[in-house]
Amino acid sequence: MPTAEREIETLANQEYKWGFVSDIEADEAPMGLNEEIVRFISHKKGEPQWMLDWRLKAYRHWLTMAEPHHWGKLHYGTIDYQQTIYYSAPKPKLKSMDEVDPELLAIYEKLGVPVHEQKALLGVEEPKVAVDAVFDSVSVTTTYQNKLAEKGIIFCSFGEAVREHPELVQKYLGSVVPYSDNFYATLNSAVFTDGSFVYIPKGVKCPMELSTYFRINAKNTGQFERTLIIADEGATVSYLEGCTAPQRDENQLHAAVVELIALDNATIKYSTVQNWYPGDAEGKGGIYNFVTKRGKAFTNSKITWTQVETGSAITWKYPSCILQGDNSVGEFYSVALTNKKQQADTGTKMIHIGKNTRSTIVSKGISAGNGQNTYRGLVKVLPGAANARNYTQCDSLLIGDQCGAHTEPYIEIRNQTAKCEHEASTSKIGEDQLFYCKTRGIALEDAINMIVSGFCKEVFRELPMEFAVEAQKLLGVSLEGSVG
Amino acid sequence: MPVLEIKNLHAKVAGTDKQILKGVDLTMNKGEIHAIMGKNGSGKSTLCQVIAGRETYEVTEGDILFNGQSILEMSAEERAREGVFLAFQYPVEIPGVSTSYFLKAAVNAIRVHRGEPELDAVAFIKLVKEKQKMLGIQESFMNRAVNEGFSGGEKKRNEVFQLAVVNPLLGLLDETDSGLDIDALKVVADGINRLHEQDAERSWLVVTHYQRLLNYIVPDIVHVMIDGRIVKTGDKTLALELEDKGYDWVEKQTAAVGV
Repeated sequence: MPTAEREIETLANQEYKWGFVSDIEADEAPMGLNEEIVRFISHKKGEPQWMLDWRLKAYRHWLTMAEPHHWGKLHYGTIDYQQTIYYSAPKPKLKSMDEVDPELLAIYEKLGVPVHEQKALLGVEEPKVAVDAVFDSVSVTTTYQNKLAEKGIIFCSFGEAVREHPELVQKYLGSVVPYSDNFYATLNSAVFTDGSFVYIPKGVKCPMELSTYFRINAKNTGQFERTLIIADEGATVSYLEGCTAPQRDENQLHAAVVELIALDNATIKYSTVQNWYPGDAEGKGGIYNFVTKRGKAFTNSKITWTQVETGSAITWKYPSCILQGDNSVGEFYSVALTNKKQQADTGTKMIHIGKNTRSTIVSKGISAGNGQNTYRGLVKVLPGAANARNYTQCDSLLIGDQCGAHTEPYIEIRNQTAKCEHEASTSKIGEDQLFYCKTRGIALEDAINMIVSGFCKEVFRELPMEFAVEAQKLLGVSLEGSVG
Repeated sequence: MPVLEIKNLHAKVAGTDKQILKGVDLTMNKGEIHAIMGKNGSGKSTLCQVIAGRETYEVTEGDILFNGQSILEMSAEERAREGVFLAFQYPVEIPGVSTSYFLKAAVNAIRVHRGEPELDAVAFIKLVKEKQKMLGIQESFMNRAVNEGFSGGEKKRNEVFQLAVVNPLLGLLDETDSGLDIDALKVVADGINRLHEQDAERSWLVVTHYQRLLNYIVPDIVHVMIDGRIVKTGDKTLALELEDKGYDWVEKQTAAVGV
């Protein structure tokens, strides 16, 4: 292909592909936040009194809290919490509650999300992924619910869980991330709208990947989803989360809370491909992504967080593990990419409480353009955590000379028998590597993608197959135009 | 038509005044093996890299014709796709990228450029096996990350192996002998000789500062490079004469005639 043509193609591809806006009539809360709004949301969702009480408790606590601005390596203007709409739901057009608006389904199809159940045919493979699709503040559809129910698995929207399974929600909601945890988690506890709920019964291995696809569509709307996953004793589940948003000039707020509970001998694998709109080259627009994700691991259980963070103007996110039970295992595998004017401050916390607990942290930060990327992590070994082990590997890759990579590891050890290892490296995609690829006929963009994929390999291999391919493509798209 | 014609080539380190090539003239015909000898810092490696299109050097005067066409405006990858292959003096490591993936991308980029269909995994493995057999290379580089943790000898063998798979019209060997013991050197030289026997159309530009390599790869033409110019050209006996009399001998000679 001639050079000029290639350049044009590169330019054309640089656009954020998921930035379209869908014209969907919405039922919205008035702009701003006060106790009435909290009641409005709760009412809209038809919630019982206990849920409203919990929200109000959180809201009142939130009023006493200050936005954390001092410790993250993030720079952004003041967020006006009164300039956000806290509830926006697509208006139902159909008479039957069981039917889903085909317009909404079409949006998900355009995004490549499988929201139709495939008809089971004789000899055809079992479905691999069940999807919960969340559009602004509500879940619009959840697939394969019946099939999963055969095994006693509950996979539904959070709103449905509050109505249908209140005993489980009441038992576990806030048990890992209390309503008073931090500024954004507390805000979420007051105004959360929808999200996914998963319960895997004792000894059951979930037969397919469970997945939630979040889409922010409405203008000036924040998305505050809440996800709760419970793997009962000996259960196993793998859950995937994906997200996109339209291209808008204003910053939009996304403050989610995810709680994972792995009871004795259970395994939870939680993977995220985060692709919120990152803003333009001048740093205008983009999602502010303030997320609290935490899991509690009981005896012999295992929690694995894998994240590929390529979107958002600001990412503030530390998926963590409380290794409560003896022999429990926590893992965190992360790729965070910042290009243009994106900023990411992300990492994990591994809290070792039980004996023989083990944790592994592999963080790969990629900075390009004017991007700033910080790894911030805490490994904490409490006095009772005899023989705790941690291995941390923290690698940064720089592309160009206008970006930054920072590493802020914190290690607190209160037990003599603990062993912690920390390895860190910073490298630059070298001109020599690129020249080497080019002398083999490989084009510049392909060479960069190849080098970046190689750098991220240890994380990508933790992702479910279909997601790994997506993630690799996504990194390629996000990096386009980063080397002139 | 010569495969490579270099005319009065001047090049400097981009963004500086550091002139390295100061008027190189060189003509190579199809199927010929040329050797360029010279001391460290004489500009041999720079010449290879400028031919391959490295952007850290800037051509300030002169031209490079490949099959009669100027390639100065072409990027390194376009030159590679046209049939220029540079075997590196210091092959570069690419962590996490398997040699197999890397080489398949290279082969297919070149095939697409030629309007040929891309090779699928099966056809690619067949090609790789064939080349391994031809070169007598036992070890498999394919599942290892490109050059990562390779010994010096492995890296050089991998370069020759890649060249065999890519199958270029012109092979530039930049001090392929450096850092190799005599056994490793023989293996590499044998590989190159087999490739030369197999395809008489392919041309080779072998850069070295030791005569040693030329005991195994016998050149048709030998050039001596001093301070960014080719100051003497002869047949293979010139290499032996150099070995015997040293570079000072050439320097004195050229000083006498005022080159």
